[in-house]
Amino acid sequence: MSATAPTTTPVAPPTEALAVDASPANPWGRARLLVALRRVVGRVVAAVLVLLGAATVVFLAQTLLPGDRATLLLNLRSGEAVERTAAELAPINEQYGFDDPLAVQYATYVGGLLRGDLGVSYQRHAPVAEVIGGQLWPTAQLALGALAAAWVLALVSVVVTAGRRSRAVTAAGSGAEALAASVPHYWLGVILLVVLAVNLQWFPVMGGTSPAATVLPVLTLAVPLAGFLGQATRDEFDRVLEQPFVTSARARGMGDTGVRLRHVLRHAVLPAITLSGWALGALLSGAVIVESVFSRPGLGQVLVAAVDARDVPVVAGVVMFVAAVYVVANVLVDLAYTLVDPRRRS
Amino acid sequence: MTTQTHAPAARRAPRLVPSLGVVVPATLVGAFVLAAVAPSVLAPGDPTAIDLEAAFLPPSTEHLLGTDQSGRDLWTRVVHGTRHSLLIGLGATGVALAIAAVLGFAAGLGGRLVDRVVGSLIEVSFAFPTMLLALLLVAVRGPSPSTLVLAVGIGSAPGYARMIRGQVLAVRQEAYVEAALALGHRRRDVVVRHVLPNAMRPLVAVVTLGISQSVVWASGLAFLGMGVAPPSPEWGALLEAGRTYVTFAWWLEVMPGLAIVLLAVSVTALGRAAQRRLEGTDR
Repeated sequence: MSATAPTTTPVAPPTEALAVDASPANPWGRARLLVALRRVVGRVVAAVLVLLGAATVVFLAQTLLPGDRATLLLNLRSGEAVERTAAELAPINEQYGFDDPLAVQYATYVGGLLRGDLGVSYQRHAPVAEVIGGQLWPTAQLALGALAAAWVLALVSVVVTAGRRSRAVTAAGSGAEALAASVPHYWLGVILLVVLAVNLQWFPVMGGTSPAATVLPVLTLAVPLAGFLGQATRDEFDRVLEQPFVTSARARGMGDTGVRLRHVLRHAVLPAITLSGWALGALLSGAVIVESVFSRPGLGQVLVAAVDARDVPVVAGVVMFVAAVYVVANVLVDLAYTLVDPRRRS
Repeated sequence: MTTQTHAPAARRAPRLVPSLGVVVPATLVGAFVLAAVAPSVLAPGDPTAIDLEAAFLPPSTEHLLGTDQSGRDLWTRVVHGTRHSLLIGLGATGVALAIAAVLGFAAGLGGRLVDRVVGSLIEVSFAFPTMLLALLLVAVRGPSPSTLVLAVGIGSAPGYARMIRGQVLAVRQEAYVEAALALGHRRRDVVVRHVLPNAMRPLVAVVTLGISQSVVWASGLAFLGMGVAPPSPEWGALLEAGRTYVTFAWWLEVMPGLAIVLLAVSVTALGRAAQRRLEGTDR
């Protein structure tokens, strides 16, 4: 994951401005509001362009499919692998517009996307949007649960162990984070399944989407992410602990825990917040594997089944959907960043 | 708070004896390479030898990692699978680097327009999680080892491309490049002799990390049943084959996974060590 993880935006060394909250009487004056507005608009336009690019990539992947799409579709529906006659292919080509010029097909596809139409599944006869919608909830539960759990794990690990005088404590904390970040989902899932579900029988081995059966998948998805978030937060946490405003807070007689929670953490979470947008995309793709390990229904299972059957519109639809979630999440994260960090407002 | 002396620090002599943090992963990586090059040295048996009498034996001295549903020795299979997994990981990293080098150099040297086009291409590809891009490619091309290599390679290319572009832009500004141009060397020679090696050097460590990531991704795809056909002892395929029996034959899942994790962790450790060395923060 690390190779494509966007490098966190370099954060300027924290200044006292944040801790003392020395904002002027009206931080949202007119000029500032304009700047903020322009920023938001610029961000949204850029996001729309990225999505258009993503749609183009997905469209090309579908049309450049080797072999005839009408033949593939017919064979998928009948479960055969035979050559089709022109008479058989003609109505399919007509219905799906496979014979139209590429530009027309492209316009149809992008136009459909704008209306929330992701195409029609070759295999299931149903609109892809419906197929995705039907399986979205279990996956959303899984991903959001894992995001929350990962944040809790990462923050506890960092706040408790970072920058302690005892070398052993810090090393244990950062070691655990590094290990967590490098464990593949499929292996962690299997270990948890074997130990906690099969041997100790604390959780059902296969329980669909019941709350008890959700714990292990969420944990499996959360632990590697917690490793990443923890590593990003810890670096910043260590740096912030050395800042003058921390010393001054201590000098005012503030307790260690208070300093860590009130002053240091506020700065230290910034890089990890940036990562959270990326994380949502990573969680959705991690969910594909985790759902397979635990035989849990969801978007991932739909995707794997569709890849197996070469039901390309469903695969393309899921990929497009996840890309959209990713892009929107990143815009939101970026805007949230502006709220958390007053330095970015000017 | 540790006490700090403010006397000028003596320049530390470079370490001659590598630390334990380098020796252990290096030994492990060496063992994996040996397993890939000459698997019979570590596991003389036949990885496909079926012995139905010995099915589902737990790990023991006779069968180090136990046996599978057909009584095949798991240790032999894991050792013989190393080559497949490593080759897929290396191949994918190679594909990624080739794509990234073309894009990165085009963006860094080709002028503003090319830079913008490549920049938006990279931006767009970041919108796809690697795993999903790979699955899309598998759906389009059909599952096969070469699809696996291509899929993981294409999926991880944008990250490298962005890094190479940044490096090229930075190296272009260096005084030695200016000097070489001022001396009248041809642009192409300057690019090949100065920009190329200096822009690629910092990538050594990143690429090492990338290899372990590729192995993990590729075996993840194989675990989903995309890529390598079942009788093959590729690690991801072993994991997929063992899934059905996980409730009573845990070793079939745990052991191949352990191989992947050990390889990934030790390659990563070596990559990090290389990174520290290159950045001069070696302690």
